[in-house]
Amino acid sequence: MSLRNNILDLRKRKLEVQKGGGDEAIEKQAQMGKLTARERILAILDEDSFHEYDLFVEHMARDFGMETKVLHGDGVVIGTGTIYNKPVCIFAQDFTVAGGSLGQMHARKITKIMDHALKMRVPLIGINDSGGARIQEGVNSLAGYGEIFFRNTLASGVIPQISVILGPCAGGAVYSPALTDFVFVVENISKMFITGPSVIKSVLGEDISMEELGGARVHAEVTGNAHFYAMTEAECFDQIKKLMSYIPWNNTEKAQTFPPKPPKKGLKIEKLVPVDPRIPYDMREIIKSITDGSEFQEIMEHFAPNIIIGFGRLDGETVGFVANQPLVLAGVLDTDSSDKAARFIRYCDAFNIPIVTLEDLPGYLPGVDQEHAGVIRHGAKILYAYSEATVPKVTVILRKAYGGGYIAMNSRHLRADFVFAWPNAEIAVMGPEGAANIVFRKEIMEAEDPEAMRQQKIQEYKEKFANPYVAAAKGYIDEVIEPADTRHRILHALKVSKNKSVFLPNKKHGIPPF
Amino acid sequence: MADKKEEIQYESLIVQGAKYETTLTNKFRNRKVWQPHNPNLIVSFIPGTIIDVMVKTGQKVKAGETILVLEAMKMHNNVLMPFDGEIVKINVKNDEIVPKNHVMIEIKPIQGRIK
Repeated sequence: MSLRNNILDLRKRKLEVQKGGGDEAIEKQAQMGKLTARERILAILDEDSFHEYDLFVEHMARDFGMETKVLHGDGVVIGTGTIYNKPVCIFAQDFTVAGGSLGQMHARKITKIMDHALKMRVPLIGINDSGGARIQEGVNSLAGYGEIFFRNTLASGVIPQISVILGPCAGGAVYSPALTDFVFVVENISKMFITGPSVIKSVLGEDISMEELGGARVHAEVTGNAHFYAMTEAECFDQIKKLMSYIPWNNTEKAQTFPPKPPKKGLKIEKLVPVDPRIPYDMREIIKSITDGSEFQEIMEHFAPNIIIGFGRLDGETVGFVANQPLVLAGVLDTDSSDKAARFIRYCDAFNIPIVTLEDLPGYLPGVDQEHAGVIRHGAKILYAYSEATVPKVTVILRKAYGGGYIAMNSRHLRADFVFAWPNAEIAVMGPEGAANIVFRKEIMEAEDPEAMRQQKIQEYKEKFANPYVAAAKGYIDEVIEPADTRHRILHALKVSKNKSVFLPNKKHGIPPF
Repeated sequence: MADKKEEIQYESLIVQGAKYETTLTNKFRNRKVWQPHNPNLIVSFIPGTIIDVMVKTGQKVKAGETILVLEAMKMHNNVLMPFDGEIVKINVKNDEIVPKNHVMIEIKPIQGRIK
């Protein structure tokens, strides 16, 4: 046999395996609006950059008739390629092969590419489309999941880990995405749950559809498991690439820089914020009036929208924004918004991304449901995350900073590097209305016209305490600034913080309230 | 969620005495309203299936006796009488599937001793 024949044989073998589950299965996949595993990888990576490994891996199951079954690639595609010409590791489960079910060799392929990503310090992208554990492989399947979770945890905070849910992801399988940094879901395609609707119906009598239980929208809006929500796979891939333009490739690097751009001319920050602290506005407009080119990549847009998190650039460099959103629930902190912000702060800290905090909040959301849902321990996460973060931290107080919220939103006391306040900012132990009711309770009660007295006392309190100068007098605020100077002041603060170096006490790890 | 294309309908939210104009989330709207615990209602602490109702209406039962067996997560849970009392009403029957917090049996305390 000549080498030519060997080569032809190799090509034939490759073609055979690359058919995955065959034409019929691929057709079914297409009918569901889904691409195949390889098509997805090619859509995400730079053109012609994908190189596949472990194409010829075969499963080792010998029971329940599995010994006669051929599962191409054991239902998963792994490889390396580039995005923005920089290396990444990627795997995609192939639903056309045995429903993408996870057996021992399938898991071993995934862990192989994970090990590679961690060793080479490059991002890992995982595309999930799997019916779950391969039952015929029993505990070997479970072992596979465990090995994946362990590696997700080891890699956490070292390399970016991105999970793309493009099909079912049920049972134990959901915990790999949950351990990763960013989870992408697509309407009608993504399904995530621990226990499916049929089991819930038979055991508990609760009748719910798959979409209502664990569809894309549910995870984007209700559970907070998903960070990005798209209507189609193509939109999802665009979101992934856009996100990756903002993040560094590992925890020892900085994100790529871009040529600095001013914000759009039409956005005048000083005109966007109403003076009355009780009137809402869209904080996203404020962020866009500060960032380069008025571009802002929001994360978890639909979950706990009373706080905004995301990336923008200042003078070409990536910055993480955390901002209260007065437009939703008056911008209060609650269990969900604390949890959302805290994890993002830790992400920025792990990956050398400076944090800019824009503050305008009335405090914590009152209610029995909040107290019983653990707003104390969830709220503590945000204190923990800000205190622990050693990246440059800048805070701008736009209007309100009351009570516990003032402390939590990256105050000087949690070691903000720079704290600025607008001249109309109210920094106080609580809002004038609440404070007047407590401090002047007796005067109000005994007055001939209690309501008139209340209003008078609210006004008194406002003049005396609800301003930035009490805090500025103590040095808690570094400078009271004119609103139009906001971007300029933040830019300068970040510029002088470039070589920031602080030392925390030596420890194995802290014990954050999660 | 605020949709920019539509006219935003503002609602008010009171935080520490101040009334804020804002929008509310579905999750906030759908939050559970807290209700005080009523000791006279035996409610399911977990969704499950009624295996056996062991008492009858009007029966006097001592504290600690099993009044009902509720199967959930493959476990037979004995539901016990919380105090000496009388069975007022039984709302479930054997093999019935009940959701969480379903009122299964209504009871009332009685004074004096039960034979």
